[in-house]
Amino acid sequence: MTQPVIEMRSVGKRFGKLTALDEVSLTLGEGEVLGLMGHNGAGKSTSMKLILGLIRPTSGELRVFGHDPGGAAANDLRLRLGYLPENVQFYEQLSGFEVLDYFARLKRIGRGVVEPLLERVGLGHAMHRRVKTYSKGMRQRLGLAQALIGEPRLMLLDEPTVGLDPMATRDFYGMVDELRGRGVSVILCSHVLPGVERHIDRAAILGEGRMLASGSIDELREAADLPLVVRLRTPRAAESLAESLRPHGVLARVAGDGRLELKVPVRAKMAVLRELMADPETADLDLEPPTLESLYAHFDGTLRDRAESTPAPAPAFDAREGVSA
Amino acid sequence: MRNLMIVAGKEFRDGLRNRWVLAITLVFGLLAIGLAYFGAAASGQVGFTRVSTTIVSLSSLAVFLIPLIALMLAYDSIVGEDEQGTLLLLLTYPMSRVEILAGKFLGHAAILGVSTLVGFGVAGAVIAAFGSVELLGELVAALALFILSAMLLGWAFIGFAYLISVSVAEKSRAAGIALVVWFFFVIVYDLALLGVLVGTGGEVSEGLFHTLLLLNPTDIFRIVNLTFFEAARTQAGLASIGADAAFHPALLLGTLLAWVAVPLGLALWIFRRREI
Repeated sequence: MTQPVIEMRSVGKRFGKLTALDEVSLTLGEGEVLGLMGHNGAGKSTSMKLILGLIRPTSGELRVFGHDPGGAAANDLRLRLGYLPENVQFYEQLSGFEVLDYFARLKRIGRGVVEPLLERVGLGHAMHRRVKTYSKGMRQRLGLAQALIGEPRLMLLDEPTVGLDPMATRDFYGMVDELRGRGVSVILCSHVLPGVERHIDRAAILGEGRMLASGSIDELREAADLPLVVRLRTPRAAESLAESLRPHGVLARVAGDGRLELKVPVRAKMAVLRELMADPETADLDLEPPTLESLYAHFDGTLRDRAESTPAPAPAFDAREGVSA
Repeated sequence: MRNLMIVAGKEFRDGLRNRWVLAITLVFGLLAIGLAYFGAAASGQVGFTRVSTTIVSLSSLAVFLIPLIALMLAYDSIVGEDEQGTLLLLLTYPMSRVEILAGKFLGHAAILGVSTLVGFGVAGAVIAAFGSVELLGELVAALALFILSAMLLGWAFIGFAYLISVSVAEKSRAAGIALVVWFFFVIVYDLALLGVLVGTGGEVSEGLFHTLLLLNPTDIFRIVNLTFFEAARTQAGLASIGADAAFHPALLLGTLLAWVAVPLGLALWIFRRREI
């Protein structure tokens, strides 16, 4: 890999007294898909706007395709960029075709791309209807088609699956996989992205303007050290099973559906599984590694723990809380 | 420059589609024909009146209507796109903020310009065809000046609308401020000026008073259309003082043009510096 698509080095952004982003470092390579997570006000939108060149960092260094996104090369960079803003409402009085045609022309692309794009996101049948008549999911697809104009090399998608039904969500992730296959770098930005684990290379979790954790899902799982959940169907009693697995640090309880639920530390996974498989009474078992959602909750929780356990908060922290209150 | 025209074109087509162009044209046309036909009804006769009377009564009504229409047309131009999220998106496209704002302004200016031209132009043709116009040249000249000054007045208030639109964060607030701006320039300013004149017993220096008249685009519009007719002076109220001063039409139109440029320039300046 030659040059990272995005390179953030201890980037900070302040709005007056408010620190929106504090010493955040991040790199994104070609064809990589990054999940950027965090609750409201965590710094996701600020990061996106920095990368889009809409605002300039107050400290640190930011390069997109090797250039300053807010600098002289901005217009060239923007031709290579696709962006889906959160909650965008397109011009209601225009048809889907007209909306996309407008944006395509602004991106200096002929209108020949409009129809295929609308077909691709599944809006071919409704392209001449007014956007006013579109459902939430259709609007989201139109937004996606807009972001895909001009075959961008970097796509920033803010809450892309909000309002999509499960089928459309699956289609959407299929499209992300396809883009990744073609070497397009993608940032998916969300509070939570259920089921996204298989489609992203890395996740970055932001909280209160700082990077709480970043890395591949496996790295995050390792860092969080959250237990796996094993669901088990067996005639054995929970107590006896827990007793026999206690050396591995396993916790057992009866789940609602009559199964046993075991919380297994990651390092004991294979040992416990071998033992359970060897047990002739085990009828069935399910294995569930910690989801991105639970990892997110974990890292976000560490932030809160830190805040609560600090009796005299640092001045910077104090100021930030003062603003958010 | 290309993107500026694309934005302007979309804005104009929106104006056609949501019937702004049609509505404004109809209002202007019907207003002009109605005033020309029923203008003399008060003195007991119906039928086309003299061109001078028509233009004078038309300008005193248009001075209320045009600013209001312009402000309503454009108050949400930027703040509306901001609220629906498309402004943020447009800003990530390869074009400058100047292109976005100037393009939208051009589109709105075209909507109002075309409506003014067609509305009053058709009315003028109707008056010329059915009225007993003695001097066709006078009608054409008076109407041309009226249409030109009406366009400039409209664009000045579109400029105000843009200034409001880039300065606030909510559409409803922009609408409120637009109403206040209209009220101030169209009603309060003249009343205040009159108050000063009466309060000081007419002791205000003539030069200062004339300058004060030029500081309100609606007064300039009135003066432009009054000075054209000698006969109209007696029935024109406050603005007739300005008419006496014999402002040169070129000076008046130039000042009106400055009233278009200054608010628009300020809007551009604010919009460029604004953090998103």
